[in-house]
Amino acid sequence: MGGAVGNVSNCVVILVDTERAVTARQHPSAPGARAAPASRTWPVRRPPALWARLIRSPAALLGMLVIGLVVALALSAPWVAPYNPAEQFFDGLTLEGRPLPPSGRFWFGTDLLGRDLLSRLIHGARVSLLIGVAANAAALAIGTLVGTAAGYFRGWTAAVFMRFTDMMMAFPALILAIALAAILRPSLWIVALVIGMVNWVWIARVVYSQVLAISGREFIDAARALGVPTPRIFWRHLFPHLLPTLLVWGTLGISTTVMFEAALSFLGVGVRPPTPSWGGTINESQSYFLEAPWLVAFPGAAILLTSLAFNLVGDALRDALDPTLRGRR
Amino acid sequence: MSAYVFRRAAQSVFILLGVTLVTFMLLFALPADPARMIAGRSATAETVDRIRVELGLNQPLLVQYGRYLTRLARGDLGRSYAQKVEVEALLASRLEATFWLMLGGIFFELLIGLPAGALAAVRRRGAFDRSVMLGAFVGTSAPQFVVGLLLLYLLAYKWPLFPLGGYGSIAHLILPAVTLGIAGGGWYARMMRSAMLDVIHQDYVRTARAKGASEVRVVTRHALRNALLPVVSMVGLDFGTFMGGVVVVESVFGWPGIGQLAWQAIQIVDIPVIMGVVLVSATAILLGNLLADLVYPLLDPKIRYG
Amino acid sequence: MKRGLLVVIVTLALLAPLGGPGWGQGRATMIVTFKDDVSTLDPAIGYDWQNWSIIKSISDGLMDYEPATTMLVPHLAESYTVSPDGRTYTFRLRRGVRFHNGREVSSADVKYTLERVLNPKTQSPGAGFYGGISGAAAFSEGKAKEVTGIRVVDKYTVGITLDKPNAAFLHTMALNFGHVVPKEEVARLGADFGHKPVGTGAFRVKEWVLGQRLVLERNPNYFLRGRPFLDEIVFQVGVEPNVAFLRLQRGEVDILGDGIPPADFVKVMADSKLSKLVAVGDQLQTGYVTINTQVEPLNDVRIRRALNMAIDKARIVRIINNRATPANQILPPLMPGYDKDYKGYPFDREQAKKLLAEAGYPNGFRTTLYANNTDPNPRIAQAIQQDLAAIGVRVELKTLAQSTVIEAGGTKGGAPLLWSGGMAWIADYPDPNNFYWPILSCASLAPGTWNWAWYCNREVEKMVEEADAMVQPTQAAARAAKFRQIYRKVMDDAPWVPIFNERRYTMHSARLGGVKGIFVDPIHIPVHYDEVRVQTR
Repeated sequence: MGGAVGNVSNCVVILVDTERAVTARQHPSAPGARAAPASRTWPVRRPPALWARLIRSPAALLGMLVIGLVVALALSAPWVAPYNPAEQFFDGLTLEGRPLPPSGRFWFGTDLLGRDLLSRLIHGARVSLLIGVAANAAALAIGTLVGTAAGYFRGWTAAVFMRFTDMMMAFPALILAIALAAILRPSLWIVALVIGMVNWVWIARVVYSQVLAISGREFIDAARALGVPTPRIFWRHLFPHLLPTLLVWGTLGISTTVMFEAALSFLGVGVRPPTPSWGGTINESQSYFLEAPWLVAFPGAAILLTSLAFNLVGDALRDALDPTLRGRR
Repeated sequence: MSAYVFRRAAQSVFILLGVTLVTFMLLFALPADPARMIAGRSATAETVDRIRVELGLNQPLLVQYGRYLTRLARGDLGRSYAQKVEVEALLASRLEATFWLMLGGIFFELLIGLPAGALAAVRRRGAFDRSVMLGAFVGTSAPQFVVGLLLLYLLAYKWPLFPLGGYGSIAHLILPAVTLGIAGGGWYARMMRSAMLDVIHQDYVRTARAKGASEVRVVTRHALRNALLPVVSMVGLDFGTFMGGVVVVESVFGWPGIGQLAWQAIQIVDIPVIMGVVLVSATAILLGNLLADLVYPLLDPKIRYG
Repeated sequence: MKRGLLVVIVTLALLAPLGGPGWGQGRATMIVTFKDDVSTLDPAIGYDWQNWSIIKSISDGLMDYEPATTMLVPHLAESYTVSPDGRTYTFRLRRGVRFHNGREVSSADVKYTLERVLNPKTQSPGAGFYGGISGAAAFSEGKAKEVTGIRVVDKYTVGITLDKPNAAFLHTMALNFGHVVPKEEVARLGADFGHKPVGTGAFRVKEWVLGQRLVLERNPNYFLRGRPFLDEIVFQVGVEPNVAFLRLQRGEVDILGDGIPPADFVKVMADSKLSKLVAVGDQLQTGYVTINTQVEPLNDVRIRRALNMAIDKARIVRIINNRATPANQILPPLMPGYDKDYKGYPFDREQAKKLLAEAGYPNGFRTTLYANNTDPNPRIAQAIQQDLAAIGVRVELKTLAQSTVIEAGGTKGGAPLLWSGGMAWIADYPDPNNFYWPILSCASLAPGTWNWAWYCNREVEKMVEEADAMVQPTQAAARAAKFRQIYRKVMDDAPWVPIFNERRYTMHSARLGGVKGIFVDPIHIPVHYDEVRVQTR
């Protein structure tokens, strides 16, 4: 990954690239060099060995397992769920209308309409995964592009992009959502669109600040001086430094995006009742939390576990892609 | 630098104008009739029509926007449709509380997030690192309503250490600010950790170490400084979003902030109040981002504005 | 001997106000919590559930209701007479009633008040209630400088003439919109009058911190001696119901203005100590699903009847923790004109399916149900959705913000089915015609109407007009019988599916007392502030 020698007067500025890093480090006189284990051959291009490296990490394995499980549940929901998620059981509520706690019949208990919570969570995985992962990723992509362009090119580009970002941030998304809810047929794609349109601004600001700093460093100047084309600079030199930030936002962002979807559905933009979603269940049961905690605990745990799983995989991915960490555990 | 600030201020005016225009248009695209909401349920059609004429809502959209702008230039934000109170008075009554909650919220976010993140970066892969990561996820995944209610129930009801919501003293501020801190602290912790890790393993830090500077100095000087950049961006963002109101926390704790005002106004389509809140919120966001931008050069001298 | 007795009596009479609870022991204060900020206290404008009763304590109208009942009695008026043709009412005002600013009330104030409501500049929601006064229409349109139907006969006598006799007219004089206000204060304060109201009521505004609290203090010169019992009422706003409940249990507040939080309701009613603090009563409320008679295939009465038979109201009541009773007709049980013997449509799915088949839809059809998105309305809407699915009617649910739903309902053909929960209908006054004119009449049909069923039956309209002409008190029983007939006819047309009548549950602290029923007064929600007593803090 990128790394540059700080003290220009003592050393030669070396443009670091995966390949070059290898040669530089193997040269004993280069600063920061380490003895490379003689018995290992360093792979030059990533794909095949990446998987190998990922699988070696137990945390990543766990993460991938959980993600795989959730995806599998989402895809096979109609067959796996014990009950119809929309069915309101007459005896799913007590005589006074309270939901039932977990029992042999309803493993996760029932919700405020007497529906089986477990079935609703399994079916809800579809919505929540789609939104939490896909919409989040879209927002991430847009925000990174805008922030990087602004931070790298500076000057007028930065002014235009960042002012545009400011404007989108200042704009009241809630009102937009209510307006959309009444005008359009509610669907998941609108939710994804609104989230994509609204959430990218935060990441754009953070990426902007980081790119401002990174692009000031010598190795970028050197790259420019050497005539490296801009896309390559973005991809090879900037992006690796942004990856940790993107991972944080991509994984922590899953839960906030899921709750955002719940808020949008509440306003009528997203999924229509009785379609279940994790955030939606939390939203409608929050005030009952002290009386029926399972209604918040189980969907909350689902969201938590999913984001954690993505985080574990993401961390391992980041480690695997960062050559400076190789050998450090 | 002052030229830069001046330019930003000028740009902000344009942005605010743009935001007010788009919001205005959106409010009228809403399938809701403010005149009807004021007239209430038993009003005859004539009553609704007359109210509409009185409020000037039957005029073309651009005419109404023009009138709004001319009044805005005079400093008149109009009167609430529902309460007939001046919007300025409504906003002023809420600004102080919102300001304190913003400060308190950011304070606890930093208090919880920064040390946790920094320590997690230094003791990477240890038990502390993993528990910080877990804590960050739990904190950000837990719904604010639940966290707030739980804190109130445990620390104000079961054990009366704090007042049961309300506004008036530092004691009233602690629980809502901590709720915001729990929700946001995780972000700061994770960003701090990853930004510091990114720097800690860079060659120039290794060089500094090799030259004999003590480990602590290395960490604090180089790594912290650089890691603070994204943190400053996030504080700027939080400044803007908190000043725009945090309706959930305000509702649970009975905190008279702008979020509650905005929410109520949107329910009944109280256009002057909504426009007023949007104006305040947009200004705060622009201000927050500007302040963050002004701090960057202090942290990294290589960042300069033309 | 007699003189001595007289001295004793006079002394006691003078000492009586001083001997009540609270004297020398501090102020009798009551604390009420609300989630939303109080909007306005201008009687001509205030029209939401929160400020309605507060306004009743700050200003007064010519008529009012006996506390805890729906019995109409003269209030600011000492007495009234009705002309034989039923069109002219003459009110004699009490003497010596003073506004909070000290000035005595006269009939000129009554004329001013009503004209203010009818004046378009005031933007009063209540203008429509007084549209029946002669000359009101011309005044509102700007064609006349005054309302000719309101005559100041002398300083304490005012006469009001209507275009047509209206049996509910006296009820409209009890509405907040008719509460008398002083001209000079309105002129002085302008739009701020709603924030600093001046009236004749038992309380006046002491302090109002926007977004935090409203404090009322006792009016020592209130014309009803012995009222109010409290010295001060503090309304804390911005308080979430769950938190208000915690505060009540800690003894920090006295009344939960927004009611018992739904999450705790069952727990409270099951607890022997807490349930004693809950007063239960009925409301003038019906919750219903409107069926849009302008939309295919709902324009076929057989289909509407089938929908009536398909919904399991008992289950819906259970979902809201039995806080209501199932309804089978338009009017709530508390309303005169309610038909105890009416059976309504039975819950019979087979019969419903047969009717659908008869109407040409043996396999059901698709339609849309609109509902408000505040709890518990989405849940009730989903329960209705499931019930209708059982007879083949596949319902798409739209749970949206209140303003959007109301707009959809008021648009012709906009909302095929609409669940009224959270929005409609609580009566403005305890007369059966209030359930007809705004929400079921032909006259109400215009864009923006609250007659979401877009129902119009000319025959029924004529019957209601005839019933409204039965003005004399001797005709009251006949009028009630006529309304029973009227609403049976309406139910035959089945423009609605009445679902339930909500009951009132007011939770208060143990230190509050008052006449039984004060806490579930059908007119004053949540409580009748003038009638509540408390032991001193």
